[in-house]
Amino acid sequence: MSTAASETGTLAGRAAERRPRRQRRTGPGVNWWLTALLIVLALTIAIPLYFAVVTALKTTDQLGGTGFGLPGEVRWSNFADAWRLTDFPTTALNSAVITVGAVVLTLLTNSMVAYAIARNMKRRLFKGLYFYFVSALFVPFPIIMLPVAKETAILNLDNRVGLILLYVVYGLAFNIFIFTAYINSIPQALEEAAAIDGASTWAIFWRVIFPLLAPMNATVGILTCLWAWNDFLLPLVILSDPGSATLPLVQYVFQSQFQTNYPAAFASYLMAMAPLLIVYVFAQRWVISGVTRGAVK
Amino acid sequence: MTTQTERTESAAKGRAGHAEAPSKRGVRLAGAFYIMVLPAFLLFFIFHTIPVLQGVYYSFTDSPGYGPANFVGLRNYIALFTDPRVLHAYWFTFLIAAVATILVNIVSLAIAIGLNGRIKFKNGLRGIYFIPNVLAILVVGYIFNYLFSNSLPALGEKLGIDALSTSLLTKASTAWIAIVILAVWQSAAFNIIIYLAGLQTVPTEMYEAANLDGASAWRQFRSITFPMIAGFFTINMVLSLKGFLQIFDHIVALTGGGPGTDTESVALLIYKGGFQGGEYGYQSANSVIFFIVIVGFSIVQLRVLRRREVEV
Repeated sequence: MSTAASETGTLAGRAAERRPRRQRRTGPGVNWWLTALLIVLALTIAIPLYFAVVTALKTTDQLGGTGFGLPGEVRWSNFADAWRLTDFPTTALNSAVITVGAVVLTLLTNSMVAYAIARNMKRRLFKGLYFYFVSALFVPFPIIMLPVAKETAILNLDNRVGLILLYVVYGLAFNIFIFTAYINSIPQALEEAAAIDGASTWAIFWRVIFPLLAPMNATVGILTCLWAWNDFLLPLVILSDPGSATLPLVQYVFQSQFQTNYPAAFASYLMAMAPLLIVYVFAQRWVISGVTRGAVK
Repeated sequence: MTTQTERTESAAKGRAGHAEAPSKRGVRLAGAFYIMVLPAFLLFFIFHTIPVLQGVYYSFTDSPGYGPANFVGLRNYIALFTDPRVLHAYWFTFLIAAVATILVNIVSLAIAIGLNGRIKFKNGLRGIYFIPNVLAILVVGYIFNYLFSNSLPALGEKLGIDALSTSLLTKASTAWIAIVILAVWQSAAFNIIIYLAGLQTVPTEMYEAANLDGASAWRQFRSITFPMIAGFFTINMVLSLKGFLQIFDHIVALTGGGPGTDTESVALLIYKGGFQGGEYGYQSANSVIFFIVIVGFSIVQLRVLRRREVEV
């Protein structure tokens, strides 16, 4: 059992090894012109962020002109204003609860459904289920948003719980697609050995399969996290109580009040972007490889 | 490739072995599997399938979104095709989607090739280029909104460029450019990473051989790089187009659909008309048409790109 497990481990490992080997080649003969060009182009990413930071530190009468200059006098209280105006602690907590809830539930449930489907693909019912779920990839959200908003309101799910549920359910289509592809690459001998040892299907899934899904769990977790944290449309149409608003939604709701106070608005934008940006800075490699794995599968 | 086939083969063997197992165990296993999928099936049916069916049902009514509704047959669908606001939204969405899809793929492929070259700070640069993907489009959009409506005109005035001295966002004829810029800025991040993953699958030996034959850089790109990453090109083209056809956040942040209804996308029109304009039934019909359009586009695009993949 353990040998087979390490086998799948090396499969993933081999793919990961490829990159460092190529990097070694960059050692001699670095193309400095290309490096410089790419650094200059990277400024297009940095400029809007730099702009947001300097604007968030200005007083309103320092605005005007192109606005790229550094603030003459730094006004930190813009952040305090934004904090109070958007009720940042509550809003950020809403976003966090929804994101964490969506990620955890998605990982626990979607992988299990994918497992049941992947191991029974030759049964007509499960094969049908697979195509039923995956076909939803072709149904864009704007098409169902009107009825869903109505439905969640009737079911009293026009709140954070409902939103988590919708992320979990709407993620199914894509997640089942990539989970089943991955599960198909796990040899069944493992499960048979566990079954002979008397393990139930549930125990086999949680003890044997779920740990082996770690790379795919990372991918699905990252994608779900980015989606739920940054999503605007679903909270906009589902949430009815202003107290459960998420970070992007609250920026939209407060636009009219921000209109006269740009520095506070920009402070608010920065605070909305900061949490995920900070996570990204520390988990960069992991996030990028996770996202890549999701798209290339 | 070979590992893949080996894997499926071994999986198939495993499955065959399973079928020979005593039937009693087979039944017990299946029982647990049914319980695993049942809740997901029910929830999916309630929150996805029912809304789809409901949407189709409402598309044949004059429902304003509340209260009683009358069955009006195909009247909504007929009206859609003569409604200038709807036709404009489709035209505007297609324009943005087409331009943004092409631009984003050119830009990302170019940057990915650069990042794959012999450069310094490879990982750092890759990390920076990916940043837009972790930011909310709406929030970034508000920053761009300020840049387009205040900073850029000020800059234009300073440099004496008349075309830039008024905000791009005040006219539909220029606002689409701003929307495309935001769209490209935001989604290039994702596309670059995918192209980079693709470029890393191209064996360097091929370039070495091409260099020996004296092939130019462009020639190498056309004859080696592009054919080798054709599959990644297909993924990116299909995903970008599908995403941009549903464009919503970008427009809310930049123009809100204005001036008037000049920059409304189809998704924004469905939202506005359905939730605020009392056109629930009518916009449901619009959704059904939109669904057909998107599926149609995806299928055609996949067919064309797949055929190209085979040819090259």
